[in-house]
Amino acid sequence: MKTKVENQVALAIIRLIAILVVVILAFLLGDILLAGVPHISWHFLTAPSQSFTSGGGIGIQLFNSIYLLVLTLIISFPISLGAGIFLAEYAPKNFLTAIVRMAIEVLSSLPSVVVGLFGFLLFVVQLKMGFSILSGAIALTFFNLPLLTRNIEESLAAVPTLQREAGMALGLSKWRTVTRIILPEALPGIITGVVLGAGRVFGEAAALIYTAGQSATNIDFTQWNPLNSASPLNMMRPAETLAVHIWKINSEGVMPDANAVSAGSSAVLIIAVLLFNLLARVLGNALYRKLTASKTN
Amino acid sequence: MTISKYDLSQTAILPLKQKDRELALKTQNLQVFYGKNQAIFGENLAFERFKITSLIGASGSGKSTFLRSLNRMNDGIARVTGKIFYRGLDINSQNINVYEVRKHIGMVFQRPNPFSKSIRDNITFALRQNGLKDKEQLAASVESSLKDAALWDEVKDELDKSAWALSGGQQQRLCIARTIAMKPDILLLDEPASALDPISTSKIEETLVELKQKYTIIIVTHNMQQASRISDYTAFFHLGHIIEYDKTKHIFTNPRIQATNDYISGNFG
Amino acid sequence: MDPIKNKIQNTSKETRQDLYGRIISYSCIILIVVVVLSIFFFVASKGIATFTINHVNLWNFLSGKNWNPAVTDDSGHAELGALPMIVGSFGVTFLAALFATPFAVGTALYMTEIASHRDEKFLQSVVELLVGIPSVVYGFIGLSVVVPFIRHHFGGSGYGILSGAIVLFVMVLPTITSMTVDSLRAVPRFYKEASLALGATKWQTIYKVILRAATSGILTAIIFGMARAFGEALAVQMVIGNNAVMPKGLFSSASTLTSVLTMGIGNTVMGTVSNNALWSLALILLLMSLVFNIIVRLIGRKGRMQS
Repeated sequence: MKTKVENQVALAIIRLIAILVVVILAFLLGDILLAGVPHISWHFLTAPSQSFTSGGGIGIQLFNSIYLLVLTLIISFPISLGAGIFLAEYAPKNFLTAIVRMAIEVLSSLPSVVVGLFGFLLFVVQLKMGFSILSGAIALTFFNLPLLTRNIEESLAAVPTLQREAGMALGLSKWRTVTRIILPEALPGIITGVVLGAGRVFGEAAALIYTAGQSATNIDFTQWNPLNSASPLNMMRPAETLAVHIWKINSEGVMPDANAVSAGSSAVLIIAVLLFNLLARVLGNALYRKLTASKTN
Repeated sequence: MTISKYDLSQTAILPLKQKDRELALKTQNLQVFYGKNQAIFGENLAFERFKITSLIGASGSGKSTFLRSLNRMNDGIARVTGKIFYRGLDINSQNINVYEVRKHIGMVFQRPNPFSKSIRDNITFALRQNGLKDKEQLAASVESSLKDAALWDEVKDELDKSAWALSGGQQQRLCIARTIAMKPDILLLDEPASALDPISTSKIEETLVELKQKYTIIIVTHNMQQASRISDYTAFFHLGHIIEYDKTKHIFTNPRIQATNDYISGNFG
Repeated sequence: MDPIKNKIQNTSKETRQDLYGRIISYSCIILIVVVVLSIFFFVASKGIATFTINHVNLWNFLSGKNWNPAVTDDSGHAELGALPMIVGSFGVTFLAALFATPFAVGTALYMTEIASHRDEKFLQSVVELLVGIPSVVYGFIGLSVVVPFIRHHFGGSGYGILSGAIVLFVMVLPTITSMTVDSLRAVPRFYKEASLALGATKWQTIYKVILRAATSGILTAIIFGMARAFGEALAVQMVIGNNAVMPKGLFSSASTLTSVLTMGIGNTVMGTVSNNALWSLALILLLMSLVFNIIVRLIGRKGRMQS
């Protein structure tokens, strides 16, 4: 009888723990959204920020976050793709490959602040790129590379070997087999990984504080020549992102409505992350369905 | 190493004495190693053109390994030594272009493996990669290879449908069509019907018998009825050795080696 | 001349494609390895400058309790004792792991052993969302919820190791949970079935069979969680108080390696002792992340040997 009671109690505790974790998430989301959403308005999303007075927005930070994300993906995706293809398709089973895998694992577990400091040292200081979007995008690339590489490798490896043999047996080169047959079949997994990674990049701040910088210079949204210093597309201007903004106003902010701006910004970040999550699922599923189902044209 | 109750040195290999041009393929002292384990022990076998040759034997007898070595599909998986003669060339040598070899010695696998593309693209993909751009030629090739694989009537109205939406038997015939669209000399088939139901199996068998007018066919099969129904020659594999090779009717009616006799009569083991 | 024979003996488009393919994929992987090596090289070369150029004694650096880079003592050396930050970092890390492990293992057990398929999917999404919340948002919630809560109930400023640990607890919870789920799923089904068939209760099966079989996987999950906690910068920095002194308790303002780094790098001049000392802290962070990696490998090896 004792074991039966023990069983009931233990299982009840496990259930309780699971419920608590859900409650924690519900509390977090509820707290952020309830506190933040009332502050979100068109003005808040588009107006430039204010340092000393209230009523500032996050327009520039939001644009910077998106621009940095796009640049990061443009740099990191091709490199991860090549590296992922190497690991899944070309890597010989030897000591060197083991070292390479370890290097990627180490990179993925490096604290992002260390990655940011390295970016600061090499790009901002040594290469004299200054606090700039480009420095930030490179730092975020280092941060994003290992995860994306692993995701691509896993997605490729999940495609059955038989598909590779099918291509090889037709006399296709290994490269063509991988890029034209295996890659399209691995695409749902890869896209899901890219979008989830994008969510992580979007919210990252520690790697950016000393690379993209902490100041949001005014940009002129009518000037789209990337070489003009006021252009939104200029890659050499310092660019505070939304995540860095939240950190900064909480650590050293002197604006009177710091709390409201933080709450609003946090809510925007969370909504963005939720959207990325949703998008990853929808895109992954849609692509998967497209691959397997019949076309009707 | 498994110990066999049979004397592996006791073999009866039919030496095909035809002129070289009537031979599609010939192996000479072919040996295959997986790491330190030897899977094939120096086999010599010749395949006649426009005939079907079956490779039979128990699981692990090396028949699939042997087949996969013939168009270099074992590259990077196993070490293959010895010679494989095709058109007078040793295609097992280092300086051979394996991609070209595979274009002329095609292969169909145990499980159907169509690409995640439309039925049409499954066939045209490799052709287009090969430089064939002409739309009409591609369409003609789709039609003729699907007809040869006896699939045309079933799919001609839905060529844009995903190949993955076809049944297993249809997928396998699509894989055959995809391979013959490349106009190979030789078709290698690795138990092409083992994953299929009896009706699909018999369709594949009918297809193969039709195909041998144009192609030399080498097929690995578990199914002895299948071997006796469709093939002209049969080779019996045991523990990496070819024990007996002869005209199919001789193998199945009057085998010369005890091991072969036991295997085909079901007393093997 | 047989055209086919000719083709077989010559290179073709495919040969060239495979060459490109190799060059492209090898270059990408080499680039990543070079990045990793240069991170180590640059951070290490700056980090050891404190000891080689500024002649700070390594042992004094690691064991010193006073961190005043701007102050020099009688012998002209700056006061560079990193112990307060080291203690702070390990303190928040261990506490966070201590809080998170029961929750993570419990949730993982619920997902793999008890939940219906629908509940499992739901919790999976909960865990994914927790991973997705950016660390500054965790920091902000820590600042606006945890710090006032602690100030109200335990006194003091509310900033300190406990606040940092609580924020990190929520941050590492999803990491440990999802990796524990993976290791529980890897336990062969027949272990469980055999145990239940012998008349064991579900809890006995979980406790005596499943958790035992998954021990090395769960340990790996905890180490990964700790690595994440140890390296987390902003969320901790926002709630720990940033006072580089030996922590006097869980409720007094303290600092971690990462918090001092984020605060300090921008306020010191490259090449000065105070700047070099910060890079030495970064080097400690780097080496610790290597240590966590090695521990994970050792656990993995031991786990393989046992099974």
